[in-house]
Amino acid sequence: MPVLFWTLKALLSHWRRHPVQFFSVLTGLWLATSLLTGVQALNSQARESYAKASQLIGGEPQKVLVAPNGANYSQALFVSLRRAGWPVSPALRGRITLKNLPEQRLTLLGIEPVSLPSNTALAGQSLDTAQIVDFFTPPGSTWISPQTMQALGLHEGEQPLSESGQALPQLHAQADMAPGLLLMDIGFAQQLLNQSGQISRMILPADFAENTPALPDDLKGELVIRKSGEDNDLGRLTESFHLNLDALGFLSFVVGLFIVHAAIGLALEQRRGLLRNLRACGVSARGLIGSLIIELGVLALLGGIAGVISGYWLASVLLPDVAASLRGLYGAEVAGHLNLSIWWWLSGLGVALFGAFLAGASSLLRAARLPLLALANAQAWHETHARWLKRQGWIAGISALIALLAALFGNSLALGFVLMASLLLSAALGLPVLLNALLNALLGKSRSVLGQWFLADCRQQLPALSLALMALLLAMAANIGAGSMTSGFRQTFSHWLEQRLSAELYINPQNSAQAAPLQKWLSEQPLTSAVLPNWQVSLQLHGWPAELYGVIDSPHYRQHWPLLDSASGDPWGQLAKDDTLMLSEQLARRLKVAVGDEVKLPAPDGDWQLRVVGIYADYGNPKGHMLVNAEHLLEHWPQLTPNRFNLRIDPHAIPQLLRVLHNKFTIDDNRIVDQIQLKAWSRQVFERTFAVTAALNSLTLMVAGVALFISLLTQSQSRLGQLAPLWALGVTRRQLMLLNLAQTWLLAVLTLVLAIPLGLLLAWCLDAVINVQAFGWRLPLQVFPAQLLSLMLLAILATLLASAWPLYRLYRTRPADLLRTFANES
Amino acid sequence: MLQVQGVFKSYATAQGPLAVLRGADLQLGQNESLALMGESGSGKSTLLHLVAGLDQVDKGSIEIAGQRLDQMNEAQLANWRRTEIGLVFQQFNLIGSLKVEDNLAFQARLAGRYLPEWQAELVERLGLSALLKRYPEQLSGGQQQRVAIGRALASRPGLLLADEPTGNLDENTSDEVLQLLLDLLADSPTSLLMVTHSPRVAARLDRQAVLHLGRLAAEGDR
Repeated sequence: MPVLFWTLKALLSHWRRHPVQFFSVLTGLWLATSLLTGVQALNSQARESYAKASQLIGGEPQKVLVAPNGANYSQALFVSLRRAGWPVSPALRGRITLKNLPEQRLTLLGIEPVSLPSNTALAGQSLDTAQIVDFFTPPGSTWISPQTMQALGLHEGEQPLSESGQALPQLHAQADMAPGLLLMDIGFAQQLLNQSGQISRMILPADFAENTPALPDDLKGELVIRKSGEDNDLGRLTESFHLNLDALGFLSFVVGLFIVHAAIGLALEQRRGLLRNLRACGVSARGLIGSLIIELGVLALLGGIAGVISGYWLASVLLPDVAASLRGLYGAEVAGHLNLSIWWWLSGLGVALFGAFLAGASSLLRAARLPLLALANAQAWHETHARWLKRQGWIAGISALIALLAALFGNSLALGFVLMASLLLSAALGLPVLLNALLNALLGKSRSVLGQWFLADCRQQLPALSLALMALLLAMAANIGAGSMTSGFRQTFSHWLEQRLSAELYINPQNSAQAAPLQKWLSEQPLTSAVLPNWQVSLQLHGWPAELYGVIDSPHYRQHWPLLDSASGDPWGQLAKDDTLMLSEQLARRLKVAVGDEVKLPAPDGDWQLRVVGIYADYGNPKGHMLVNAEHLLEHWPQLTPNRFNLRIDPHAIPQLLRVLHNKFTIDDNRIVDQIQLKAWSRQVFERTFAVTAALNSLTLMVAGVALFISLLTQSQSRLGQLAPLWALGVTRRQLMLLNLAQTWLLAVLTLVLAIPLGLLLAWCLDAVINVQAFGWRLPLQVFPAQLLSLMLLAILATLLASAWPLYRLYRTRPADLLRTFANES
Repeated sequence: MLQVQGVFKSYATAQGPLAVLRGADLQLGQNESLALMGESGSGKSTLLHLVAGLDQVDKGSIEIAGQRLDQMNEAQLANWRRTEIGLVFQQFNLIGSLKVEDNLAFQARLAGRYLPEWQAELVERLGLSALLKRYPEQLSGGQQQRVAIGRALASRPGLLLADEPTGNLDENTSDEVLQLLLDLLADSPTSLLMVTHSPRVAARLDRQAVLHLGRLAAEGDR
């Protein structure tokens, strides 16, 4: 025990004398843990919210009866089914906005507690009689999650007003409620949603649902049985979104570990003498390695604690953007406040420990393997380093081969990430080898003495700086890759949006009864130049939700619906005449069909076989999207009514039309959307989605800057030995500083130049592999020179900042310090 | 005390194995001091490292106080160095991040043999009282070597091994440090094996031995 104690004391005393190194190890661990745990916090918060939403009633997804097109239907169907002996319970789901809180759209779920299957838990609670009575007896009861109540600035017992001025039942916070959801009696919900006599689903008891009898004849085609959440399985739909976040977090983690690796390696190298001393004083190799492991563990815990705390902070800063993206893209509500379990905190510390040992493993291995008498021999250490570099070159080559194989034969998202990871690993590990070769080539061409020294000394600095340069390469490439992909996507998306959202006004009828008179009235209006009705059916294809739209044959589609691929001749004409369909790119990929292939759709009267005549882009839609001719659709779903009308109208005439419309029909404002509003909303969702990517990328670049700073600072002391002879030969300290600056810049600029092709390759991977596998759409690779230039300038600025302090210290070095370099030589 | 018999040691080099010791023999009695001399490459330091248990013999035996070093494993050798051996190097090899007082007590604490009175006496006799709170880099070469000697003797080892302890010091300092070392040893049962190039230093020890081409070539008394 005294051996361990005194060995640890001696080892730890090193950090007291070298606080910068201590800071660098902690910073690396801190940043690595922080970014990864931050992303994990975001993901786990979102997944917990999805689980709460899908398990609100009965603790698990229930089977429900819904209309095929997902629209609301009459409460009379509930009554007739009950009379037929079906133990169903009605529910109504809709969106509501509260007065003075127009930004916050909430989901309102109305239930009928008396007819709910017996022993059904609501938000994890079994209702007693008093609670059931409270629910439907005025003023009623609205269940809400505590986080949502706090985020809205509301209080227990309060009765907030809806946008239309109606008071909600009294608010009661319930811990297990899903965020953004209001639960109340269906009677209140119908009034608030202005859906009197309407319901959106009927809940079936689990035991009854297992052996459901056939629906009464008069209801066949009107209702279908679905699993609650099946049409909107958030966990599955958002999987790729979270996977992408995970990948970014992991990249930052790796960059952070590069700092730890560099700092631990340097610390061990600087302690060679100490290690030898300890061994000479009788500390066994095993005891020494054990002590180094304990020391690393303590450092990992310290860095991990700081990392987990700041990861929590980072997640809470990014959560609003992530929540907005998830709401916009998938309609998923995520709690606005982080509520993380103890396991998240502990796993964060575990990540830090794992990372520290991963980053320190090679240094520990080297210390354990080096013979005792050679420990203090710098040459032995460097020879080991040279062998290590050679091995690194081999691993880089093998990684490149794996990347090539993944690119040629990969057909899954996991293999897409393998491609990117092996590409990055190959580039990072190959960087020192490549820089070494480049400097060697330059050295061979240099004629001046100072130039030769400059390049040779630069090459000598490579081992100490290589890890920081690798981190810079990775961060820069990730920024170029993600930046090019985002900018390219923005350009493609805007162009697509301009074409696709060409109708000026979109109106959704309040209910199916309103559809026919509304269509007739709209067609008669002189202000509208075209009325394009849409019929919609929600389907499940290969387990994925998809929406089938019936459209009329109109020149509008020919002009404004761009096709990525189409049948020869007139695809729109074929869509109008034959049993054909067009489908979104992502659905085509998921179904593995191309133009000319056949697709079978499940219709109430059996499978409906259609030939694909067109494939179109449908960016941002996680669900499958299909177009068929409306007449053909209605042959299979005769009860359908139009659920949306796209109007071509002079934008200036919109207010006038809406005034007349409101006089004639009762339609909520949220059922009328104009093009400008829709485009602005789509762009906002886009920007907020990529705000998280941009933030994480900037942080990664910052981490790389810190890595470079730490490496330069750590080696600035040992640089005196190389610089003192030049000083003795008459080079001034100012010149030395400038030479040193030029060396750092040369290495950094070479790294940055290599980062450009790597970044573009990464952008291609994101555009053509990751996006295709994760979301189903492929983007064209676009290069933005101005963006590349600004990123380069930013990285050079980061390099300048990182080298400023070490250079300043060098500049301030007294002649006496330089002289001591010679005095210490023996 | 120390019996070295027919020790062979060679190292692998790019040009093939390099034989450094070729059947070296040596004896050292308790409380005796021996100067080991010889030209560069004769195997002096290698022999010292083998006796310290820092390296293993290829052939032959080393026995100290009845224990065979060549039959010990790594852990036993570490324990051996910790408790029975004191080492003084030409480069001092102090722990730069520890203060003088901690450096002095370091090995004694590792061995569980820390004696405050003995430590105080060492500090006094080595003239280190005013330097205890300093770090090694703040000391002169002579002062650092005095700390190294104090550290080696603080655990009262049976054998003190010194590798050119005065090689980095000027003549006056060298004499002063050597005298201190010999004075301290005179009052203890510790034996001394010192590698040196200096005949002047060697002459002050009880016996002298000369290694030539890895074997004992000559031996003599003071």
